[in-house]
Amino acid sequence: MNSEILSFENVTFTYNAEDGPVRPAVADVSFSIQQGEWIALVGHNGSGKSTIAKLMNGLLFPNKGKVKVFGQEMSEETLWDIRSDLGMVFQNPDNQFVGATVQDDVAFALENNGVPHAVMVERVHEALSQVKMEDYKDHEPHHLSGGQKQRVAIAGALAMRPKLLILDEATSMLDPQGRMEVIETIRRLRESTGLTVISITHDLEEAALAERIIVMNLGQKNMEGTPAAVFSQGSKLTDMGLDLPFAMRMTHLLQEAGVGLQEEHMTEDKLVDELWKYYSKA
Amino acid sequence: MMEKMIFGRFIPGDSVVHRMDPRAKILFVFLFIAIVFVANNAWGYAILLGFTLLVVFLSKIRLYFLINGLKPVFILLIFTFFLHLFFTREGDLLFSFGFIEVYEEGLRQGIFISIRFLVLVFITSVLTLTTSPISITDGIEVLLGPFKKIKLPVHELALMMSISLRFIPTLMDETGKILKAQMARGSDIGSGPMKERVKAVVPLLIPLFVSAFKRAEDLATAMEVRGYRGGEGRTRYRQLNWQLADTLSLVLLAGLTAALWYFRA
Ligand SMILES: Nc1ncnc2c1ncn2[C@@H]1O[C@H](COP(=O)(O)OP(=O)(O)OP(=O)(O)O)[C@@H](O)[C@H]1O
Ligand SMILES: [Mg+2]
Repeated sequence: MNSEILSFENVTFTYNAEDGPVRPAVADVSFSIQQGEWIALVGHNGSGKSTIAKLMNGLLFPNKGKVKVFGQEMSEETLWDIRSDLGMVFQNPDNQFVGATVQDDVAFALENNGVPHAVMVERVHEALSQVKMEDYKDHEPHHLSGGQKQRVAIAGALAMRPKLLILDEATSMLDPQGRMEVIETIRRLRESTGLTVISITHDLEEAALAERIIVMNLGQKNMEGTPAAVFSQGSKLTDMGLDLPFAMRMTHLLQEAGVGLQEEHMTEDKLVDELWKYYSKA
Repeated sequence: MMEKMIFGRFIPGDSVVHRMDPRAKILFVFLFIAIVFVANNAWGYAILLGFTLLVVFLSKIRLYFLINGLKPVFILLIFTFFLHLFFTREGDLLFSFGFIEVYEEGLRQGIFISIRFLVLVFITSVLTLTTSPISITDGIEVLLGPFKKIKLPVHELALMMSISLRFIPTLMDETGKILKAQMARGSDIGSGPMKERVKAVVPLLIPLFVSAFKRAEDLATAMEVRGYRGGEGRTRYRQLNWQLADTLSLVLLAGLTAALWYFRA
């Protein structure tokens, strides 16, 4: 069942700059993503995350190395084929809403791909129910919250029944409530459809939910592993300007203060559980 | 003031007129504009006025609401009325008051022109009040379809229009935010001599433009990622649906033309 859905092989990319040579935005990066995985791509500002996302869907082509998506190498010929199976959601909820109403926006990719009307109606309905926005189908974008707009954007991607969904900081402009909504939506989707998800974020709480984390630093891949493995390198992450999840910072501080906690905790719930146990023992 | 102004606004509702195909409504309005000029006597104008009131009645828009919302237009209307009243010097002299002289023909012209103006404003307002901007865009796109043959980029124009419409509220919000941000820095647009006020608008416009370009770039990327490649091979989600009522509306218009022609002097 484990088949490769996307891979980077020694990919290097440098933006053209008028004022002399610049450091590559992405330097010699390799990784491979299997079907059904949830990957988080983290890194500080300017570490090359968005550039990687753009290389994944052919908005940019590598200077060196190979990008393979769904077994095909990304090129001018395979571009549109790949894009029709690859959904992408961006950071700014307002700047990716094309349609006049929610349902028009969800249908946009379907229209572009020439899907017949009857099928479109069905797919739009299906996608909106997947993100729980059916009741808003006639709403105009300026009457929606940021979180709702992002859910519509996800529905717009889902309508094409993609094999892979990429979220480029899709939650970073949202308030905590909106962020929760979007993360919950992704989690539910993963449970019901097993969709492969790559979420780019610098929120490590969000990254902790993924199965595997890839850490970028100055255009290079710095670390790769399960959240537990990556977060155990606490000081390395903070040196790169990343914050540990709140629960982990709390655990460390408690341990320093002499509270004998046994484990590293990535989520608040688990930490609270152990604290209760600790409290009842004490 | 702005809230009450209904010119160009859409009020959702459920009437025969609201449910009509936008293509039919646009055609109707254009034909009506031409037909209005057939009327040239009291009978003709009476029929036009009656017909317009019938259309307003069918659209379930309250007449009071319409008149109240079009107040600025009425100022213009009264102005044209008096212009004709005072400056037409034909027919019998009705009365004179100092240097003001009112002739019979002037009164007639004034009334006729006012009615013409009124019915045109009413009918076009009914179109925009009962049809969402996006439906109007759809209608225009289909109606202009034949012009694709002469390389008129119809699809692109329609897309431009619908995206502009979609971004109006977003940019309005943004203008509000920038205005507040600049006010917090001590900029003052509300007072001072005209020259100062115009100057104060510049720091408002520049950030607005910068952000609009950024939005345009983001939107272009988002559209490309979602497979947008121009109008070729695209299907449409919003379907237009020509029904009996649409055909009947045009038949009604033909009837109006016939009646106007019959009573024409
Ligand atoms: N269009 C561009 N032209 C030139 N340089 C660019 C362009 N876009 C990004 N860069 C540069 O490439 C580097 C990587 O940028 P990228 O947008 O991939 O970072 P990121 O990890 O997504 O950052 P952020 O967290 O801020 O979104 C940065 O140094 C940036 O200045
Ligand atoms: Mg980025």
